[in-house]
Amino acid sequence: MAGLATTFGSGAMTNSNNDITDAACILAIGSNTTETHPVIGFNVKKAVRHGTKLIVANPRRIGLVRFADIWLRQKPGSDVALLMAITKVILDDGLHDSAFIQQRCENFDTFKQSLDNIDLASAENITGVPRNQIIEAARMYARNSPASILYAMGITQHSHGTDNVMAIANLAMLTGNIGKPGSGVNPLRGQNNVQGACDMGSLPDVCSGYQKVTDPAIKEKFKAAWGIDLPSDTGLAITEMFDAILQGKIKALYLIGENPVLSDPDASHVREALSNLEFFVAQDIFMNETAELAHVVLPGTSFAEKDGTFTNTERRVQRVRKAIEPTGNSRADWLITCQIAQRMKAKGFDFEHPSQIMDEIAELTPSYGGISYKRLERGGLQWPCPTTEHPGTQILHTQQFARGKGRFMPLEYKPPAELPDDDYPLILTTGRSLFQYHTGTMSRKVAGLNLFKGEEEVEINPQDAERLALKDGDRVRVVSRRGHVTAGVKITDASSPGVVFMTFHFAESPTNILTNPVLDPVSRIPELKVCSVRIEKV
Amino acid sequence: MLKLIINGRQVTAKNGMTVLQAAQEAGIYIPTLCADPDLEPHGGCRLCIVEVEGMRDMPTACTTTVSDGMVVNTETEAVNKARRTVIDLLISDHPMDCLTCVKNQRCELQEVAAYLGITERHLPMTITERPVDDSNPFFTLDHNYCILCQRCTRTCDEVTVVNAVEIINRGYDSKVSTFGDKPLMESICKSCGECVVRCPVAALVPKNNIIPTSEVETTCPYCGVGCMMHLGIRDDKIISVKGSRNSQANNGRLCVKGRYGIADFVHHPQRLTEPLIRKNNVLQEANWDEALDIVTEKLSGYSCDQIAVIASAKCTNEENYIVQKFARTVLGTNNIDHCARL
Amino acid sequence: MKTENNFNPPEQVLNATDRPRIVVGTATCGRASGAMKVLKTIGDELKRHDIDADVTEVGCIGLCFAEPLVDIIKPGKPRITYGELTPQKISSLIEDYLINDNPRPDLALGTIGEGSIEGIPRLFEIPVLRSQVRITLRHCGHIDPEKINDYISVGGYKGLEKVLTEMTPQQVIDEVRTSGLRGRGGAGFPTATKWQFCYNAPGNQKYIICNADEGDPGAFMDRSMIEGDPHAVIEGIAIAAYAIGASEGYIYIRAEYPLAVKRVLFAIKEAEAKGFLDENILGSDFSFHLHVKEGAGAFVCGEETALMASIEGKRGMPRPRPPFPAQSGLWGKPTNINNVKTLATVPIIIDRGGKWYSQFGTEKSRGTSIFALTGKITYMGLVEVPLGITLHDIIHDIGGGVPNGKKLKAVQTGGPSGGCLPANMANLPVDYEELARAGSIMGSGGMVVMDEDTCMVDVARFFISFTRSESCGKCVPCRLGTKQMLDILENICSGKGKPGDLELLEDLAQSIKVSSLCGLGQTAPNPVLTTLRYFREEYEEHLKYHHCRAVVCKELVTYSIIGEKCPGCGLCVRECPVGAITFIGKKKPVILDETKCTRCGACYSICRLGAVEIK
Repeated sequence: MAGLATTFGSGAMTNSNNDITDAACILAIGSNTTETHPVIGFNVKKAVRHGTKLIVANPRRIGLVRFADIWLRQKPGSDVALLMAITKVILDDGLHDSAFIQQRCENFDTFKQSLDNIDLASAENITGVPRNQIIEAARMYARNSPASILYAMGITQHSHGTDNVMAIANLAMLTGNIGKPGSGVNPLRGQNNVQGACDMGSLPDVCSGYQKVTDPAIKEKFKAAWGIDLPSDTGLAITEMFDAILQGKIKALYLIGENPVLSDPDASHVREALSNLEFFVAQDIFMNETAELAHVVLPGTSFAEKDGTFTNTERRVQRVRKAIEPTGNSRADWLITCQIAQRMKAKGFDFEHPSQIMDEIAELTPSYGGISYKRLERGGLQWPCPTTEHPGTQILHTQQFARGKGRFMPLEYKPPAELPDDDYPLILTTGRSLFQYHTGTMSRKVAGLNLFKGEEEVEINPQDAERLALKDGDRVRVVSRRGHVTAGVKITDASSPGVVFMTFHFAESPTNILTNPVLDPVSRIPELKVCSVRIEKV
Repeated sequence: MLKLIINGRQVTAKNGMTVLQAAQEAGIYIPTLCADPDLEPHGGCRLCIVEVEGMRDMPTACTTTVSDGMVVNTETEAVNKARRTVIDLLISDHPMDCLTCVKNQRCELQEVAAYLGITERHLPMTITERPVDDSNPFFTLDHNYCILCQRCTRTCDEVTVVNAVEIINRGYDSKVSTFGDKPLMESICKSCGECVVRCPVAALVPKNNIIPTSEVETTCPYCGVGCMMHLGIRDDKIISVKGSRNSQANNGRLCVKGRYGIADFVHHPQRLTEPLIRKNNVLQEANWDEALDIVTEKLSGYSCDQIAVIASAKCTNEENYIVQKFARTVLGTNNIDHCARL
Repeated sequence: MKTENNFNPPEQVLNATDRPRIVVGTATCGRASGAMKVLKTIGDELKRHDIDADVTEVGCIGLCFAEPLVDIIKPGKPRITYGELTPQKISSLIEDYLINDNPRPDLALGTIGEGSIEGIPRLFEIPVLRSQVRITLRHCGHIDPEKINDYISVGGYKGLEKVLTEMTPQQVIDEVRTSGLRGRGGAGFPTATKWQFCYNAPGNQKYIICNADEGDPGAFMDRSMIEGDPHAVIEGIAIAAYAIGASEGYIYIRAEYPLAVKRVLFAIKEAEAKGFLDENILGSDFSFHLHVKEGAGAFVCGEETALMASIEGKRGMPRPRPPFPAQSGLWGKPTNINNVKTLATVPIIIDRGGKWYSQFGTEKSRGTSIFALTGKITYMGLVEVPLGITLHDIIHDIGGGVPNGKKLKAVQTGGPSGGCLPANMANLPVDYEELARAGSIMGSGGMVVMDEDTCMVDVARFFISFTRSESCGKCVPCRLGTKQMLDILENICSGKGKPGDLELLEDLAQSIKVSSLCGLGQTAPNPVLTTLRYFREEYEEHLKYHHCRAVVCKELVTYSIIGEKCPGCGLCVRECPVGAITFIGKKKPVILDETKCTRCGACYSICRLGAVEIK
């Protein structure tokens, strides 16, 4: 998000779900679309079926590879090198969109100069992708317009994730693939309402609508609305919170609907931190590995038991409607927070229905200015939707970028923070299965889904398996510098040699005990996609 | 816009439309069992045959594109006779247990047979006992009911592009199956259930077949695609899920989690139903007042830089808004974040 | 019609040079009759006698009844064709003729070319060949299909050269229009019109497909054509490709024709090496690539839209037309599909002119057509005749009539999509319109002759059981209608027919005809409809009297022993597989237990005294 905010001025998906089928070329990088965003995966495959070119860049042989015209199997963590090399080929071949660059972008000359150091030989060396494939992919992307780039956590969850995103943005701007149907830079958001949670300001540096807490004008605006001075320092990001707890700075935590003990890197560290809290209140619909550590657990309701809205990956605000009564004595999460606030004698929390909350959101959030429950009855609205007459925005940056001009960013390849060595010779990369979801709090309660994927499997290439004398189904211990987990083995050429893959759905094999909590300095996203491990037969 | 005449009535249609679409838009019913708005024209069931002036034979409305001045008759004696033969053939090869069939009154074969006034079986029964693929936990493939309209195989090819099911064998022995004629669970089927939705008969049916008393449109709580869905409710329980065609996020489509992974977790016995308070290092049930009092009291006891809040990407916009407002105004801290990064 | 009679191959392929030449027909039909053993014996014998001779393998000349065939050409002597050879016969023939100069008229069928040999007729004057006009098949059995130079030496690829150097695509199409050539795959659509549609269709990428998916039971015209003269097919495809503007082509051929596949693949390689295919053909701007796609043996893949689906890697299922392949065919591009025989006829039309070709045949059905003549016929084989010839002429003059003194009962043309015409229609001229009027079709050239031992209800049952199995399953009338028809026919054949069955059968047949998706379904009822039309009384006998006059339908037949003829020899008792016949003593007639009898006919076949009676 930070990467796109820097280059474009907005971190959100530029185009829309359906728009993908209009692309003449799709570059899917760091996204296992058919497993993690299945319905968008349908769109990608359907587009290919109707002639769209598909370039898949992924270290793993993911489902989309079968449909790809070109599969670039880069080494995990080498995306910047790959993308810069593609950019270089396009420039060298003169396939860039000069008019677009001149009219819509800035900092191009500096950027261009920065490419002088790039050569395909070293790119091939770093990425492991043969140079002719890099050339072929570059030409395919540049010559088939409009071209759309899809990416997901395979791009962002790196110690240089922001660089990855900016490399993507550079590529799109270079070819003029911004602001028109079938083009764009499209980060696919992982959770149902990640986009909304960010939009609403559940972030340490911004209020709703990405209004900077450090901006005096914004502070003034919210003071007028809420009658209170906003704290002016940027707060702590989630991973920093755990450090602060262990350092004794943070003593109390209110946590809603999250399970960081399974989802966050270096899980032992997270568990230790949470156990150190003086007061920890957790709010969830199920007891989970995190809530077990709380002093008070408050029963929230599921999506089916409350009214509200979610904002999906394409910025579409859609209704959540109460279908059944709350289970037992559980209460809607908004109501619980309001009740706590009211008990703490706060004003501005006396809402009777979420629609009233939306009215306040619309009032204080320019991009949501035109959104109301009344309008949402007729269907979702894509922000920016500043006024009640505005139809919503399918494609961002059509006339100009959110920040004015698109900014080319010179980049340098940086290797992942942890590289394989003699003690930890394999790279572990993580992801999701179609049949489970995140930490499994919901999906593992579904008996049928467990039949498809009921336990963790370490996916390992046949070569590595042979070297380690492993058979399908063997139990192994996966060890990193931070801990170890056990799981079964699945031998598959979906994993390239030297790379193993695990999901993080299963509490019995908590993969994130292994992962590296090192953060991207800008986005503060941890490097979940690359860490070094060794595998021992149990 | 083109003008054509259907059954003597002038009808307008858009260029590129099929005769079937033009008729449907004009409110003229043409029976069909293989056409589906999401699928390419098939022309297999032969029920939508019509007469078009100037065209030899009887073309199928679903595969014939309209042209200006076209004169179409959908209800001639010849057309209906051929249609009745098709239905006669289908029902002679189909179980006659409508009353106890899960698709009773929702069956498109029933509907078309009724439309054509078929009240008795004219042909000898050809159906024999055929196997049932019961391997999938969410739906059943019962070859006895299959009419081979191929909506399922076409869905798996055109909509989801999974290609798990195809027709195998030839002639009368043709059937819907998987690569190597294996059970669905041993195939590459992703269980999205898009085929089940489109099956006109009881060949592909969900295992849970209770009919809901009401439906509520909402948004899926799993990934970021934001598929809208209709939850089918009966007795305050979710008993079915249907993709919403109103949403451009998914255009009616769902994946396995959205379609089959909702009710089980919402109604799971392990749902938290009461607040819990840690007493003697054990979390014990408490009432809301007690729990909220402790939370209020404790949170009031820390300075703003000693408190942090973690909100949730699973919660609604309104909830996230309230939580950040709570953190910033009540707790006085910007220490608020959620799992956006994970 | 006696213009050039037969197109005798030019001298160079007929005559030996300075040493004897032996020509062996090793097409599939020859091989099935033992040609490979004969070929091996020839090699062995030549070695043994230390004779210096050339041995050439050729395709089928069409005289299937006389396979294996061997031609021997001695320097200075006319070419002699020998038939029904065995290893023994060929070794004595080599000794007798090549060493001792005895041409063995007893083994010879005829001579070809100049000169004559006493006691041996001229081959093309024997009845089976006399009435034929071999244009498309002119090289088959004469040239070596695996030697492109043989084909070139008889004028091969001259047509291609001509179109590339002298003609525009439109002129090529016009020439074919002048010839009056119509599709030999069955429907008889004018070839030039088809080409014109594809030529006119917008688009840079176009395809030509040669349909060699010959699926009719008993048909082998395309196979013989490709095995005997693959280059004629390739040249025809290349000319068609030039005419319509295709740069890619496919030959879709059954995988069950391994020899034809092998020969055509080899021929493509040879043609590529000689510059007749691939980039810049014969130095022109025209580039054309030809591929072979093997079909997996589905009858329906002979239907053009199913065939294209199969090439695309999909299940071979037809789709409705329009759009026609000429607008949207293979991979959605304009595509022209022609049958093997149609394309193989193109080179000679270009070479000799459309006007020349149009002199053969009738007003509406120009030229010649090839038939695979099988069934109850004396001379089984592949024949090429001018259109308009009567069924009688084909069956009696060429085929030598029905053997064993039996009477002609019916002729089935057009394979499973065709119909059965009764003997009294033998004077029907064979062309597209006349056959259609009679309820049958020209089809791709199958012609099955039936005698009085054929039950017409059983024939209908056979063909419907074929279409029931080969229906692709896509459309309801074909998939389920053929099943219903088959059930009814099986009931009638086994004496379980009910009143009203014939009306129901007719009704179903008509409905399937009008409402099926593709040609397979639309024509599947033809064998039923024509037999009902011309042989209804046979159906009624089956239904009402449980009687099968041809004694074919097992369940309707009873076996009995004629007491006065049976000496009680006991042969039949030993032969009966179910022990239905009891021996009660010498000179006493055996006793047949009808309840045990399975009507297998073993007793009838074994009894030399005619004491077993079938009714």
